[in-house]
Amino acid sequence: MTDVPINKRADPNDIRDRGLSETPEERASYLRAGHTLRSWFLTTDHKRIALLYLVSVTFFFFVGGIAAALIRIDLLTPEGDLLSNEGYNRAFTLHGVIMVWFFLIPSIPNTFGNFLIPLMIGAKDLAFPRLNLLSWYIYVIGGLCTLFVLVAGGVDTGWTFYTPLSSMFAHGQVVMAATAVFIVGFSSILTGLNFIVTIHKLRCPGMTWGRLPLFVWSHYATSLILVLATPVLSITLALIAAERLFGVGVFDPKLGGDPLLYQHLFWFYSHPAVYIMVLPGLGVVSELVTAAARKRVFGYWFVAGSSLAIAAVGFLVWGHHMFVAGQSMYASAVFSFLSLVVAVPSAVKVYNWTATLYKGQIAIDPPFLFAASFIGLFVFGGLTGLVLAMLAVDMHVHDTYFVIAHFHYIMVGGTVSAYFGALHFWWPKMFGRTYPMVWGRIMALLIYLGFNLTFFPQFILGYLGMPRRYHVYPPEWQVWNVLSSTGASILGIAYLLPFVYLLWSLRYGPPASANPWGAAGLEWTVPSPPPKENFVETPVVDYPAYNYPMEMEEGARG
Amino acid sequence: MEQARKRLATVWLALLALLALTVAGSFTVTGAASAVVSFGVAAAKVALIFWFFMQLRTEKGLIRVFAVGAIAWLAILLTLVTIDKVTR
Ligand SMILES: [Cu+2]
Repeated sequence: MTDVPINKRADPNDIRDRGLSETPEERASYLRAGHTLRSWFLTTDHKRIALLYLVSVTFFFFVGGIAAALIRIDLLTPEGDLLSNEGYNRAFTLHGVIMVWFFLIPSIPNTFGNFLIPLMIGAKDLAFPRLNLLSWYIYVIGGLCTLFVLVAGGVDTGWTFYTPLSSMFAHGQVVMAATAVFIVGFSSILTGLNFIVTIHKLRCPGMTWGRLPLFVWSHYATSLILVLATPVLSITLALIAAERLFGVGVFDPKLGGDPLLYQHLFWFYSHPAVYIMVLPGLGVVSELVTAAARKRVFGYWFVAGSSLAIAAVGFLVWGHHMFVAGQSMYASAVFSFLSLVVAVPSAVKVYNWTATLYKGQIAIDPPFLFAASFIGLFVFGGLTGLVLAMLAVDMHVHDTYFVIAHFHYIMVGGTVSAYFGALHFWWPKMFGRTYPMVWGRIMALLIYLGFNLTFFPQFILGYLGMPRRYHVYPPEWQVWNVLSSTGASILGIAYLLPFVYLLWSLRYGPPASANPWGAAGLEWTVPSPPPKENFVETPVVDYPAYNYPMEMEEGARG
Repeated sequence: MEQARKRLATVWLALLALLALTVAGSFTVTGAASAVVSFGVAAAKVALIFWFFMQLRTEKGLIRVFAVGAIAWLAILLTLVTIDKVTR
C-alpha cells in the first residue's frame, strides 16, 4: 500500500534531503504548524484537539485497565486474598467510572469524530473551535478530580452510585466522584452541541444529507443523545450531593423521597449512554466495511436512519435495569417490549453490513479484521441483551456475571474493537505514516481471542449464579474464573502492542499516500497528514457517498 | 434597544411573581392540588424563559424544533416514571 521505497535514508551530500524523517506533506501539515507547547495547549485546530484527546483517553484507558487487572488477579482464587472487601469495591467502582466516562464515552467521538467530521464534510474546522478546546479542558479537570478520588481513598458505590448506598451509607469520596462525572458531562454536552451545529451548518457545497458518510450520521445521532441525556445525569448527581450534604429529601423515603426515582433518573441517562458509546462504533464499522469491500454501502438510508432510530428508541427502554428493583410489573412489561424493539435498528445495520460485504473484493487488512470482530461480538452482545430483556430470565441472571459478560461484549467487544479499527484505518491519515500490516493483524486476532476467553466464561458463571461485585466465591467456579483471568492477560498484552508498532511507525514507517486504502470519502482527497486548513480550496461534491466503481455481474452485462 | 430592555425587565418581574406564587402555594395548597399548582407555575416559568430569554420568539423553523424536542424528551422521562409510580 505504499509507493515510496522503504528505508529511504537522507542523502548525506544533499543538506535539503531529509530522507524519511520528514516528508514534504508532513512539513506542510497540521502536525508541524507550530512547535511550542502553547501551539498545542491553546490550539483551536480540531485535528490537534483530537490528538490531545487521543493521548488523554489512552491514559485513562490504562488507569481503568489497571483496576481491571487487580479485579481479575483477585478473582483467580475463591478467597479474597489480594484486596480487602473495601479495596475490591473501590477497584471495580473506579474501573467502571473511569472506563465509562473517561474512556468509552469520549473515545471515538472526541478523537476520531473531532478529527474526521470536518474533513468528511469538507469544512475547515468545527463550528465552534474554541468551545471544542474548552471541552477538552473540562474533560481534563473532570479527569483530575477522578485522579484525586483515586489518591484520596476512592469510592465503593459502584459506577452506578445507587441510593440509598451512595446518599446515606457509603464512605469515601462519593461527592468528589459525582463532581468529577458532573464536570465531564459538560465536556460531552459541548462536544455534542458542536457536532450538531457543524453538521447542520458547515457542509461543503453539494454535501447534501444523503451524501454524508455514515460515520457522520452516527455521530449526529450520538450528539443528539449527548445533548438530551447528559443534563439529566448532571442534575441527578447534584441531587445526590444535595441529599448527602444538606439532607434534602429526594431519594430517602424518611424525608419523603423515593429511592427508585434515583434509578429512573440514572438509567434515563445511562441506557442512552450505552448508545453514546456504541453508535460511534457502528459508524466506524460502516466505514471500515465499505472500504474493505470496495463497494457502495448496501441500503444507505436504512443504515443512516437506523442510527437515528437507535438514538430515539434508546430513550424508551431504561426500565429494563429495574425489573427486580421494585418497579411496577406493568411498567416492566412496557420496558421489556420496548427493549426488544430497539434490537430492530441494530439488526438492520448488521444485515446491511453483511449485504455490503457480499461479493465484495475484501482485503484482509487490520481495519477489516477489527470490523469483523466488532460485528461478531456486537451480535453476540446484542442477542444476550435480548435474553436479559425477558422479564422471567432476568429474574434468574440479574446482577450476575451474565450481565457483566453481556455489556462487555457490547462495550469492549464492540466499542473498543471499533476504536482500534478506527485507529488502524485512519492512522496513516492522521500521522502520514503506515505501520506494519502484519502487526495490526496479529493484534486484531489476539484481541478477538483474548476477549472471548475473558468474557465467554462469565456467561456461564452468571448462569450458574455468580453475583457481580463479590470477590469471594465457591471453589467449583474457580476454573471459569481462571479461564477469564487468562484471557484478560492476553487482552492486556494485545492492548500494549500498538504502543510498539504505531509509535515505531511515527518515525520509521513508510510515508502514506493521500489515499492508502483506496477508499472513498473527502478525508482521503487531502494529503496525509492533512494541512492545517484541511482543504486548500473548498471542495464541491457532485457524486454520491461511497462512490466506488459499480461492478456488473457477467450475466448482467448482456 | 430601550424597548428590548423594558421587555426583559417585565419578563423578569413576571418570573419573580411566579416564584412568589410557588412559595406561597407550597404553604397554602396541599394534596393533589399542590402538584397541579407547582407544575402549572413551573410550566409558565419555562414558557417565559423559552420565549423571551432564550429568544425563541425571534427564531424559526429548525431551532424551534430542537426546543420542542427538549420538552418532548422531558415529557418521555416524566411519563414513563409516572407509569411506574401510579401502577406500583
Ligand atoms: Cu440498558
